[in-house]
Amino acid sequence: MQTRKKYIFLTFLASWLLLFFFGGDQLRRFAFFSGRKAEARRNWPRWTDRTLLKSFADPEELQGDGDPSLLSPRERRAAWLSIYRNSRCRMETCFDFSRCERNGFKVFTYPQERGQPVSETYGKILSSIERSRYHTLNPEEACLFILSIDTLDRDHLSGQYVRNVDEKIRGFPLWNGGRNHLIFNLYSGTWPSYTGELGFDIGQAILAKASFDTESFRPGFDVSIPLFSKDHPQRGGDRGWLHQDSVPPKKKYLLVFKGKRYLTGIGSGTRNALHHIHNGKDIISLTTCKHGKDWEKHKDTRCDKDNVDYERFDYQELLHNSTFCIVPRGRRLGSFRFLEALQAACIPVLLSDGWELPFAEAIDWGKAAVVGSERLLLQIPSTVRCIHPERVLAFQQQTQFLWDAYFSSVDKIVHTTLEIIKDRLSPRRSRSRLLWNTLPGGLLVLPEFSTHLGDFPFYYLQHGYSPSKKFTAFIRVVSQPGSLSQPILRLIQAVSGSQYCAQIVVLWSCEKPPPPSGKWPQSTVPLTIIQGRRKVRGAGGRQGSGTGAGAGTATAQPHPPVLPPQPSHRFFPFEAIQTDAVLSLDEDTSLSTSEVDFAFLVWRSFPERIVGFPTQSHFWDPEQGRWGYTSKWTNELSIVLTAAAFYHRYYHSLFTEYLPAGLRELVDGLAACEDILMNVLVAAVTKLPPIKVTQRKQHREVVAQQAECRDGAAGTPQPGQQSPSAPHSAPAKLKGTAGSRRFSQRQDCLNQLADWFGYMPLLSSQLRLDPVLFKDQVSVLRKKYPGLEKP
Amino acid sequence: IMCASAKYNTRGPALIPRMKTKHRIYYITLFSIVLLGLIATGMFQFWPHSIESSSDWTVEKRSVHDVPVVKLPVDSPIPERGDLSCRMHTCFDVYRCGFNPKNKIKVYIYSLKKYVDEYGTLVSNTISREYNELLTAISDSEFYTDDVNRACLFVPSIDVLNQNALRIKETAQALAQLSRWDRGTNHLLFNMLPGGPPDYNTALDVPRDRALLAGGGFSTWTYRQGYDVSIPVYSPLSGEVDLPERGPGPRRFFILSSQMALHPEYRLELEALQAENGESVLVLDKCTNLSDGVPALRKRCYKNQVFDYPQVLQESTFCVVLRGARLGQAVLSDVLQAGCVPVIIADSYILPFSEVLDWKRASVVIPEEKMPEMYSILQSIPQRQIEEMQRQARWFWEAYFRSMKAIALATLQIINDRIYPYAAISYEEWNDPPAVKWSSVSNPLFLPLIPPQSQGFTAVVLTYDRVESLFRVITEVSKVPSLSKLLVVWNNQNKNPPEDSLWPKIRVPLKVVRTAENKLSNRFFPYDEIETEAVLAIDDDIIMLTSDELQFGYEVWREFPDRLVGYPGRLHLWDHEMNKWKYESEWTNEVSMVLTGAAFYHKYFNYLYTYKMPGDIKNWVDAHMNCEDIAMNFLVANVTGKSVIKVTPRKKFKCPECTAIDGLSLDQTHMVERSECINKFASVFGTMPLKVVEHRADPVLYKDDFPEKLKSFPNIGSL
Repeated sequence: MQTRKKYIFLTFLASWLLLFFFGGDQLRRFAFFSGRKAEARRNWPRWTDRTLLKSFADPEELQGDGDPSLLSPRERRAAWLSIYRNSRCRMETCFDFSRCERNGFKVFTYPQERGQPVSETYGKILSSIERSRYHTLNPEEACLFILSIDTLDRDHLSGQYVRNVDEKIRGFPLWNGGRNHLIFNLYSGTWPSYTGELGFDIGQAILAKASFDTESFRPGFDVSIPLFSKDHPQRGGDRGWLHQDSVPPKKKYLLVFKGKRYLTGIGSGTRNALHHIHNGKDIISLTTCKHGKDWEKHKDTRCDKDNVDYERFDYQELLHNSTFCIVPRGRRLGSFRFLEALQAACIPVLLSDGWELPFAEAIDWGKAAVVGSERLLLQIPSTVRCIHPERVLAFQQQTQFLWDAYFSSVDKIVHTTLEIIKDRLSPRRSRSRLLWNTLPGGLLVLPEFSTHLGDFPFYYLQHGYSPSKKFTAFIRVVSQPGSLSQPILRLIQAVSGSQYCAQIVVLWSCEKPPPPSGKWPQSTVPLTIIQGRRKVRGAGGRQGSGTGAGAGTATAQPHPPVLPPQPSHRFFPFEAIQTDAVLSLDEDTSLSTSEVDFAFLVWRSFPERIVGFPTQSHFWDPEQGRWGYTSKWTNELSIVLTAAAFYHRYYHSLFTEYLPAGLRELVDGLAACEDILMNVLVAAVTKLPPIKVTQRKQHREVVAQQAECRDGAAGTPQPGQQSPSAPHSAPAKLKGTAGSRRFSQRQDCLNQLADWFGYMPLLSSQLRLDPVLFKDQVSVLRKKYPGLEKP
Repeated sequence: IMCASAKYNTRGPALIPRMKTKHRIYYITLFSIVLLGLIATGMFQFWPHSIESSSDWTVEKRSVHDVPVVKLPVDSPIPERGDLSCRMHTCFDVYRCGFNPKNKIKVYIYSLKKYVDEYGTLVSNTISREYNELLTAISDSEFYTDDVNRACLFVPSIDVLNQNALRIKETAQALAQLSRWDRGTNHLLFNMLPGGPPDYNTALDVPRDRALLAGGGFSTWTYRQGYDVSIPVYSPLSGEVDLPERGPGPRRFFILSSQMALHPEYRLELEALQAENGESVLVLDKCTNLSDGVPALRKRCYKNQVFDYPQVLQESTFCVVLRGARLGQAVLSDVLQAGCVPVIIADSYILPFSEVLDWKRASVVIPEEKMPEMYSILQSIPQRQIEEMQRQARWFWEAYFRSMKAIALATLQIINDRIYPYAAISYEEWNDPPAVKWSSVSNPLFLPLIPPQSQGFTAVVLTYDRVESLFRVITEVSKVPSLSKLLVVWNNQNKNPPEDSLWPKIRVPLKVVRTAENKLSNRFFPYDEIETEAVLAIDDDIIMLTSDELQFGYEVWREFPDRLVGYPGRLHLWDHEMNKWKYESEWTNEVSMVLTGAAFYHKYFNYLYTYKMPGDIKNWVDAHMNCEDIAMNFLVANVTGKSVIKVTPRKKFKCPECTAIDGLSLDQTHMVERSECINKFASVFGTMPLKVVEHRADPVLYKDDFPEKLKSFPNIGSL
């Protein structure tokens, strides 16, 4: 026994030695022997004459890069137009910019033709466009055209395939070779190759398509959109599933996949390999062979066992409980599971080589997904295992941000597509990548307002800016008869007494002209008066709503045709407002200087929120199945009245320019709704509740000015409409019919807004911010804001 | 598998079963023999080889002219023309790069050869100064490998930076005979001046098959997105002229054009702009009447005025960069260096490194047709933004344009990021200039979420031996409705915690963690037992807080989950006499810290405290047994940029008779020590991250004239 072993060992040893003497060359690469590397890494030589080497180009050549024999720039551009067409389209060769210069970015949708039904999804896309602020009914002023023909499903085996599209398109007088047209498509090509074939000639039209491959994608021209199901909500959309930032950010499973395994055909390369990474513990990769009619024909030995395993796990449960989700290509490059994983905060691990990712022109997917390579599938487990928990946490949050900003509804997908195209039209007024990829996202940041990050309320911390140290007091006056009333004089006094007040702007929305400047109180800060009505007509974006309401009042006021002040006009982005902070006030608001000072300092800590005094709240009324609204004293708040509130000036722009005219009309039609809309808007942007600050509770009696108000602004459609938001009155105490009507109108407003947004953006807060020593038993002398405590 | 998260894997190595002693001897002997054999083999096999193979490299003193000459036969193969459909997944062999823990690609450089044709005529200049610099930079970088078999990317030493300086067909032949050419797979060519008369192609004309091209002057039709890399055209002036960064402020000209060989049509348009807008627009040209000996290339003229180039660029806010015969222009580099905002007028041009750089932050791109509107377009840009663009322009030059090294490394990094996308450099790292990186924060909990109330919070009580007081705290805290677990960190190694039966019976799980050492940082360890996001850190003597106060504090934390939400508030002040920071515990109108004797915060900050605390602060705190709370305040404020939230008026925490300022921080030496901490931490952080605010959070109806029983949190103590 022993000797035998010895011999074995000796033979073993001998073979080792032999191997090393003769086969050593092969083994040289072993890292084991890398000792020599330290001795002499063969670097690029330091040539002795390296300083004498000639430059790659002589300076003349670099600085004088011209060739007079070349085509002139104009001729070259003209020549391009004929060369770079169709598959080589770019914006500068296939898009007519001049159409957009005249009237701005207006989108026209072809009218629906009879007997030409469109699919539910295409209907949603069209209605998203019609709801957008860019929609126009006039093809003359349009910059972009959308067909009424449903081009979403171009798989000619599909039931929704529309035939003879080419022929139909040729009949459209506006088609113009497809110039300035945008074509939506979700499915192209068919079994077995699933190419990008659409079955008709799109000419010079921009293609917004799901599952775009990088090869046929015309960069800077086409738009890649995500694949979404026909159940995708029109507006609002479900929230993401991440409700908390768990630490460590691990879930039950590390990596999951559950889906079909293609045994043959395109995409089978990856789908057929996915089962290899399944380990039954933290990596679950389940495949089924069951798909298509004849799957049993191609069935292999795995199928039966796999099919059993497959049924044991629930897809939804896996989505909820996994840190990473594999998103492989299907037959086409994109799949539903991409958006599903994104919503579930299951970090997508993309295995779809050559896929032009959705909205990649704007979205930096490297922050929200792991872009894997189909060829390196087997490395995926170790790759994702190595991603540091901090990064996982950031990935998870980014998936939720992107989902909510660009994907959760058809509206968002379509509007993102439009905004991307719009950004190309005027590179100067466009969003940088940074804006697209940080909260609150590109759709809510208007480049028309500014392209400087410091002008928005969202980027102060990220970029080390701080909001301006002064504010503008903005007082809306609707009911002053001839001379100025006491409350407004007191208000101007109190506000101008604040050390942080830069200017006072009065929006004069009364019938009678404002008193001459001599009648206004003298104060240290400049006072500007804007006359509401004239502005309404001047404001381009608001013309629609202005004239509409004007027609209604024309009967009451035969001449001159004066427009009534629209409630939403108070949120027009007036040029006169020069500071970041706006203190919005009603004429009958009563505030003290110290209240203003304190509230302003609080706002500087929360510049993206509304910070104010009187508050109200909303709640879900299960009995009536609708949102309820209350102005009673409650332990919670979700609405800060804009009768006395600080907010960022940008919200004026967002209110007027971002919200579609239809929504503002709706608000103007309801009484006392505009401040709710402002709160809803800010909550939708920030996803945070407003902030209430301390307020002296002394003006709890009913506001007195109502009667005068009606006098002041005759021609108002409804009497209640003109009433200011009555900040210091609790409408519960208003026993009269006016009060209860107002109350029910506000409740109506709340429900209509929730419907418009598709969800209820308002959030509740349980706190109020007080000065640090508020009502503490310390000497008043030590307190900075003793004035706030007076009974 | 090696990876960074290994530290979370705490399991030890598997045990090897013990062998019998007798057998072991055999094995050991055998092993030593094999080992000896191996060493001997190594000596014989590799020593001579390594000397031999490195002999032609280690000798440094060699001239470029001495490199071996390679003769290219007339009929040697020519690669296919570049394939426009190439993408990383079709034309690039990722298997060569492999999975490695460093996530770095390996780059090999072919050795330098001199190529001649059949007749002995040179195919091109051997190597230019810039290409030599570029290869040197790669060779000195982390990407470099000298082992051709381990390389993932190959860089030929054949210099194709300037197409005009080479013979196209022969250069292609030279490429094709490279030892690992393989249709150009994984080969990277650098080219800055592509094309030539008459049509000036926007990509290198040398047939190169599947090779990647790092090219200056791509147009959108020749650039293979995600495959090629667009690089700048290097300006040798960068190395010659030292232009110090110019601060913000008004500049003499608004728009300046300095290019010499402008197409007459462009020049006319620029002159029209000048005529329209007067002196704020300056269109320079070549100087015609310079006396001999003055380097004409460093001068520009307008009528009779002579300006120094590139210094004159610093005098202008915007500098026009127009296309010439080619799209890429070296002047872009000069303009960026001068901190002048480039106005790029070159339709279809792919800007340098556009895959990663956000040019909208540093430049203005104007379509050629819009040239007449240039002035008004530029006028609409707010001044603050112009200043940022100037800073950004300069930063791009410093980081990615200033030398061939910068260009080479940025190119390799971009390719590296494609191959290891999960380890890619972020947008911020590429784009934010150091000043922004320094002054900005990136909040790790950036998503606005209000965590569900249902998960509750975990109370963590650090204790040493005050059992009685500890039990009282436990009993009090357990009354809070949202408490989900209580964790006692037993920091006393000399004494065992009381027996299970002695602990108060509470409705939630109570866990005791025993620590190995009595360190303050144990309180902030991210224990696995903490399963909620919210942590309530509470000292074992804080008995005054009511259940309403604690519950309210939790509700406030839910609204501010990325902040410290606490009860005892403190302030830091600048002591003008001593010229340093001072700690303040008096009742002030301001707050900048909350003590973690009673505070809610996110569990994530425990990770940060334990693993990411800057400098030696963590050890310092443990050594001094003080200031862990101040350190936590610094840490959170530094990473979020946000202030703390003090909740409720409560100022007494330990006993009704106590003074509001707690025992620990009462005596004078302690105050001095706390001030020292602030100064120490501020110097380690390099800044004062704490934010001073004048507010505290109270329940909405606090002290309002309203029936107490209808309030959610009636029992809010007044002091």
